[in-house]
Amino acid sequence: MSTTVWIILAGAVLTYLTRVGGHLVLSRFERIHPRVEAGLNAVPAAVLTTLVAPVATTGGLPELAALVVAGLVALRGGMMTMFISGAVVLILLRNLL
Amino acid sequence: MSTVIDDRAAPSGGSEFLAGMRRGIPIMLASAPFGLLFGALAVDNGFTVGEAVLMSATIYAGASQMVGLELFGQKVAPWLIVFSIFAVNFRHVLYSAAVGPLATRWTTLQQAFGFFFLVDPQYAEAERRNEQGKPVGFAWYMGMATPIYICWVAEAGIGAAFGGMIPDTYALGVDFLLPIYFLGLVMEFRSRPMWLPVVLVSAIASIAAYYTIGSPWHVSVGALAGIVLAAIFAPVRERAE
Repeated sequence: MSTTVWIILAGAVLTYLTRVGGHLVLSRFERIHPRVEAGLNAVPAAVLTTLVAPVATTGGLPELAALVVAGLVALRGGMMTMFISGAVVLILLRNLL
Repeated sequence: MSTVIDDRAAPSGGSEFLAGMRRGIPIMLASAPFGLLFGALAVDNGFTVGEAVLMSATIYAGASQMVGLELFGQKVAPWLIVFSIFAVNFRHVLYSAAVGPLATRWTTLQQAFGFFFLVDPQYAEAERRNEQGKPVGFAWYMGMATPIYICWVAEAGIGAAFGGMIPDTYALGVDFLLPIYFLGLVMEFRSRPMWLPVVLVSAIASIAAYYTIGSPWHVSVGALAGIVLAAIFAPVRERAE
């Protein structure tokens, strides 16, 4: 099997473990320590931020403008609206500049 | 393994399944563009059509699949890609801990099967149904999960089949769609406590790591900085021991 398939299967097993693990492990404790819970709550935003911030510093005007517009639209609209706004700005500026 | 079958929770499996489907279809439609985008970007990042479908079918977690693609495209070490997928999906531990007590009437086998489908909207709808005072039965739960899952897997195949036909990926911005998507996910979490400080600290730490120790360490270093910050400033109630 290719490395890609191994990466996918290992990711799948670990993902499944997170989905059964909470019920199997955390439910045995009376309560989760507030610091642990706060840390866990912060995980998605923290991880996803690291995939945007450094890329934003290397991008040109079309990339930065797309992120700024999409970020502002996200304050009001849903995921789809923000994504399409960002993509439109990116494609327009890349083709016009 | 418990094999006790408890029928009290299922007044009518068929109608419960349909009630679940009614909650699942809007989510199926909303996630469709991203399922297709995943397939297209997977091919763009060097996956085969089969690998794209396999990833959607076995991992079944959009954000982490996109993270996997992004790092795969950057030729990052395999173990780090796997670890990053795990890190993004770690939040499911909390969903699982919350849904477990609602699914006590399920058999062990139903739990083992059902928890595979515990994606963000599945969790949210289960919580909502419980708040309405209705039982979170296995039939209802799978009624919701089935259309979302089947379409998600199919979309990976369709997106991958057509993704290879995109002529000028730069002009269409294909290489930069993922950061926009990730920014959208970051914004979706903005109602969580400590969101802004976590995002700012993770941003600064990841940029600093990116320019000093280099990729891919900016992911773990940046994420850890935000997580530690949230843990340190968590409101821990004073309690008399």
